Amino acid sequence: MSPIARPFVAYFTREQDVLAATGAVRKAGLVIRDVYTPYAVHGLETAMGLRRSRLGYVCFFAGLTGLTSMLFFAWWTSAVSWPLNVGGKPFASIPAFIPVTFEFTVLSAALVTVSALFGVAKLWPGRVADTLPRVTDDRFALVLESMTDDNRARALCLEHGAVETGWLEALPEPRLAALPGVKG
Amino acid sequence: MSAPAFSPLRVPLVDPPRSMAAITEEIAAPLWRRPSLAFWALFAVSSSALLLGVGCVSYQIAIGIGTWGLNRTIGWAFDITNFVFWVGIGHAGTLISAILFLFRQKWRTSINRSAEAMTLFAVICAAMFPLIHMGRPWLAFWMFPYPNSRGPLWVNFRSPLLWDVFAISTYFTCSAVFWYLGLIPDMATLRDRATPGSLRRRIYGLMAFGWNGSTRVWNHYEMVYLLLAGLCTPLVLSVHTIVSMDFATSIIPGWHATIFPPYFVAGAVFSGFAMVLTLMIVARTVLGFEHLITVRHLENMTKVIIVTGGIVGLAYATEFFTAWYSGNPYERFTFINRAFGPYAWAYWTMVSCNVLVPQAFWVKRIRTSPWAIFLLSLLINVGMWFERFVIVVTSLHRDFLPSSWSMYRPTFIEVGTLIGSFGLFLTLFLVFCRLLPMISIGEVKGVLAYAQTRDSSTQRTQGAA
Repeated sequence: MSPIARPFVAYFTREQDVLAATGAVRKAGLVIRDVYTPYAVHGLETAMGLRRSRLGYVCFFAGLTGLTSMLFFAWWTSAVSWPLNVGGKPFASIPAFIPVTFEFTVLSAALVTVSALFGVAKLWPGRVADTLPRVTDDRFALVLESMTDDNRARALCLEHGAVETGWLEALPEPRLAALPGVKG
Repeated sequence: MSAPAFSPLRVPLVDPPRSMAAITEEIAAPLWRRPSLAFWALFAVSSSALLLGVGCVSYQIAIGIGTWGLNRTIGWAFDITNFVFWVGIGHAGTLISAILFLFRQKWRTSINRSAEAMTLFAVICAAMFPLIHMGRPWLAFWMFPYPNSRGPLWVNFRSPLLWDVFAISTYFTCSAVFWYLGLIPDMATLRDRATPGSLRRRIYGLMAFGWNGSTRVWNHYEMVYLLLAGLCTPLVLSVHTIVSMDFATSIIPGWHATIFPPYFVAGAVFSGFAMVLTLMIVARTVLGFEHLITVRHLENMTKVIIVTGGIVGLAYATEFFTAWYSGNPYERFTFINRAFGPYAWAYWTMVSCNVLVPQAFWVKRIRTSPWAIFLLSLLINVGMWFERFVIVVTSLHRDFLPSSWSMYRPTFIEVGTLIGSFGLFLTLFLVFCRLLPMISIGEVKGVLAYAQTRDSSTQRTQGAA
């Protein structure tokens, strides 16, 4: 028991343990704040009930914008702004514009998608990290939303192989808003 | 949750198995150690080569392209050979990082970081050659379409040379972004490993972008990584396709061939893997990473070499057949001249190194012997350089007009520039090995359990170690 509501944390050393514990805790109706892992643990996002990332749409529309703008630009410069006769080819030689259009599509899609990731995940150069001990090295940390009574959470985590449990003084600064899908 | 079933036939990717902490420790340790004598020796050699290159390029820029052995008949020679060679080298890195990722080839995890770094450095070396060939490299920005006071006079979007500008710059940018994205979690690992308050911690912290291993972020990160892999896959194929179009859209016999795009892409992957093998075999020995970059990794790469080498051999044969079958006397002459003319030595060097040498990899004992692979990969590098030399020079030196027939021989400046590009490449690679983790720490941790069943008791002892 804690006099004030504080976040609960459990540390694991094996991937399968943290996966099982996350599933069990969520099934028991406890609210998961986040799970911190040294590498991308596949299946954890399902266990946490996270929604599939929608950055794919950003990528698609960025690519589409890049495609249309470069195709338009190549056409406009070659056929409108200053039409030059190059070997008698048509001014609007669309097939010849495709390679550059393709490259620009890929470039805009890649740059915009990565920028969107940095924006959504609030990552930027020099941002101070609030890392839990050893989670970038060899431990997995399951963090639950603030509570006063941790008996159930502690029991569940220990049952699934937690090597250490405890309270956090404060939540690690939230990176992403809790999604409705996470609860329960 | 149900435990995924693993085949007992899977060979471990990290052999012998190690704990996660041990992985962090041993990949990060070389960054904390003082450079060894071997490093300084290699660095001295490579930076001297670089210095020679800087000298030669400075002289060429000051005096002009006349310092090269080019003439009216052979207007493209060493520089374009080197350009195509270096772009090709880069392709293996993207193949490993993007295409093998899409094909779920888990063994890529211990080689992708350094192969991608190699891509970036090779593209830098490649980009240098067209730049210095311009003669006035300070006006290189004219290659980009920007509003200017000359009309505005725009670039010619129908020219493969302009396509090249876009292809190479997009390729470099996307490869760099992809590479850096993979580095972020590792930067966080290094940041947390460094002493609090140290300069090292501040620098790695700056580069880690505040990464804290949150699964909510990993969820987006994995999606973006997948998307970038999907974008880089057609990109890498397009780059050498466009490079080949620099030749194929001209009407020079020996260049004007529809087979060029696939032939060049296969050749690029072929030469790139040879270069990856050359570098990895040295690096794994010097840094003691034999259990991370295992013989199995090397063996897998030699198999890619057998396949792509086969495609390259087939392309050589097809070109010859088409030259004969087309009935075009100029085309026939060019190919007979390639094989039996004054540059026959270059042609047969190319054929022996690229078609015959890789056949040795059918033998398992050669495929699993690092030193044999190292020697053979060097030969393939030589062969692939000669392939580009043969394509560029032999197609030009016998013109349509016999009165313009000529020979080409590189000057000291050109040879010095080539040596300098190797110096640049190796110096950048050595600096990379000292400053950044050469192997992806996070991704290797993800494949530690690759060959084990989830309930194996060895896992617990590993994690607790």
